[in-house]
Amino acid sequence: MKDFLLFPLYLARLILQSALLAVGQIWVNKTRSLLTTLGIIIGVASVAAVIAALEGMNRRILENFESFGTRKIFIWPERPQTGRQKNIAYEQIRFEPEQFDGLLEHCPSVEYLSLMTSLGRLPGRFMEHTVDAVSVTGVDASWFKIENRPIVVGRPFSLLDETQGRYVCIITTQLRDKLRMDRDCAGQIIQLGSNSYVVAGMVDDKPNNAMLFGQAGEQLDAYIPYTTAAKLLYRPWIRVMASCRDSTRAEEARAEIRFFLRQTRGLKPGDPDNFGVFLMESEVRRFKQVMEMITLVAAGIVSISLLVGGVGIMNIMLVSVSERTREIGLRKAVGARPGAILTQFLVEAVVLCMIGGFFGVGLGQLLARTIANSAPLMEQAQIPGWAIAVAFGFSGGVGIVFGMFPAMKAARLNPIEALRHE
Amino acid sequence: MSKPCPLIEVHQLERTYIIGAEKVRALRGVDLTVYANEYVAVMGHSGSGKSTLMNVLGCLDRADKGTYRLNGIDTTRMSEGQLAHIRNRQIGFVFQSFELMGRLSALKNVELPLIYSHVPFWKRRQMAKEALNRVGLGQRIGHKPNQLSGGEKQRVAVARALVNQPSLLLADEPTGNLDSATSEGIMKLFEKLHAEGQTIIIVTHEADIAARARRIVRMRDGQIVSDLSAEQDMTRQDGHRLGIEGAAR
Repeated sequence: MKDFLLFPLYLARLILQSALLAVGQIWVNKTRSLLTTLGIIIGVASVAAVIAALEGMNRRILENFESFGTRKIFIWPERPQTGRQKNIAYEQIRFEPEQFDGLLEHCPSVEYLSLMTSLGRLPGRFMEHTVDAVSVTGVDASWFKIENRPIVVGRPFSLLDETQGRYVCIITTQLRDKLRMDRDCAGQIIQLGSNSYVVAGMVDDKPNNAMLFGQAGEQLDAYIPYTTAAKLLYRPWIRVMASCRDSTRAEEARAEIRFFLRQTRGLKPGDPDNFGVFLMESEVRRFKQVMEMITLVAAGIVSISLLVGGVGIMNIMLVSVSERTREIGLRKAVGARPGAILTQFLVEAVVLCMIGGFFGVGLGQLLARTIANSAPLMEQAQIPGWAIAVAFGFSGGVGIVFGMFPAMKAARLNPIEALRHE
Repeated sequence: MSKPCPLIEVHQLERTYIIGAEKVRALRGVDLTVYANEYVAVMGHSGSGKSTLMNVLGCLDRADKGTYRLNGIDTTRMSEGQLAHIRNRQIGFVFQSFELMGRLSALKNVELPLIYSHVPFWKRRQMAKEALNRVGLGQRIGHKPNQLSGGEKQRVAVARALVNQPSLLLADEPTGNLDSATSEGIMKLFEKLHAEGQTIIIVTHEADIAARARRIVRMRDGQIVSDLSAEQDMTRQDGHRLGIEGAAR
């Protein structure tokens, strides 16, 4: 019983002693050990570098998503693929503003909601300066919050602007500059199409997410209150943008919106939806999943090189066992059990691999820096903590797998023959 | 006073090696009893089976037939691990070629068996020092084998054999690699250890080394041919020689 309880202690001590012995053995054969671990070093370094590069890319893209807004929800009319509304005209499934009345109250996961309608591209004019095409959109005041574009000059739409449908607009920096307006453009009057608007405020241009969402190009945009736009258009075509309170609640928000809209749009229980709800968050999630797969597969393929390194370890351990046959014989003669010999050589192989892993991570870090400095897409390339742990774990595993055969060979040696070995 | 329990009790021991297609019967029914504090020399020419007997007595090898009791415990059916345990606690080996580890100091070499008996390192050092003192090498504990003379190396090996206080010291041609002056020193050491109560079995083919023991066992062709006290053995050998010389004359 006592032996049984003390066994883990004995094992830990045996492993520690073996590790010290192994370090000594490796130190005696410095050059040989270094050359042997080269395979492991290169293997670990390449795994680390590949993971770092993919991580860098991943981060960059996620950041882009982040700046675009992961909490955004897009809602638009959509003809169902099946059911009674299969071939219905778009005209008949259009959104009506009343369908969204009370949505915020009934959908606790939805933070903001904004109706949108486009007036198309209208010629713009300020004093004698003109612009051919200004894209004019009617939005609610909350749209700027959803889009995360703060009003940098002037003021947002007021409640009066919205309820009375006043002719006010918020313009982009590019439009202000193109029309050569004052830096503080608030209060100045511009003409868009056939109507004149008071500039209430200005927003910065959209961040340029060229990689993900196409070249933003010229952003000559003006935003007017949705109510104003609705007055100017006969039956405006409405799209809706919303945002959820928290990106973790995106799916809840989708469910709430669907439930609400199915009621307000008079859909019967069996009918398919005649609108679409698109979550930015679910795109991000899908992208993350794909990226994880790619990282795993790439790391898996590259780690084949670790196996090659493992074969080198096995080879040198076999040499070591045959060189130290007499030592093994002696150790057995003075009372080393087969398990102790096995542990000794196994630990030596593992230590050798771990040293390789250590230098490999170092080299991988160097490679990651080089990659980060050479490609703008990868500028955030760095080895994540888990990859370092995995690299170490993997090289240790390689040590166990490839060290097992030589260690078993050593443990099985007959002490008499081992002591006679020349 | 009743007779004490024998340290070694060997009964009808047989050991056969298979080398290629050939069977070599190294031991052909050996009976031997050794009591504690005996000093026995096993003599014989090469091929007489004395090394095989030593391997079996030292639990490095197992007999095919017969029984071997050490301290009253039957070792015949023991597993490899149990035999390792016996070697560690009960038996100290001294080899012809010392078998010291070149990278380790004398002290570390002596500590080696203690590692496998789970002695904590602070006790190991103390025990190894004591063993080195016993063999008269207390001053050279930090030296590596290549800084020691042959005799000193063998003393380190003896210290290593003694460090776990074994019931049996097994020496296989302990002076085979030493000159006669150094051999004398080692034999004196053995006598001292024997005087201190250590049981010693020494395997040798040199008559003058064997003559230092108290009891001489002679082997030929895997069997014990004579088992006498040293004095009796000497007389008989002299008789043999005289006889042979007489015949020649």
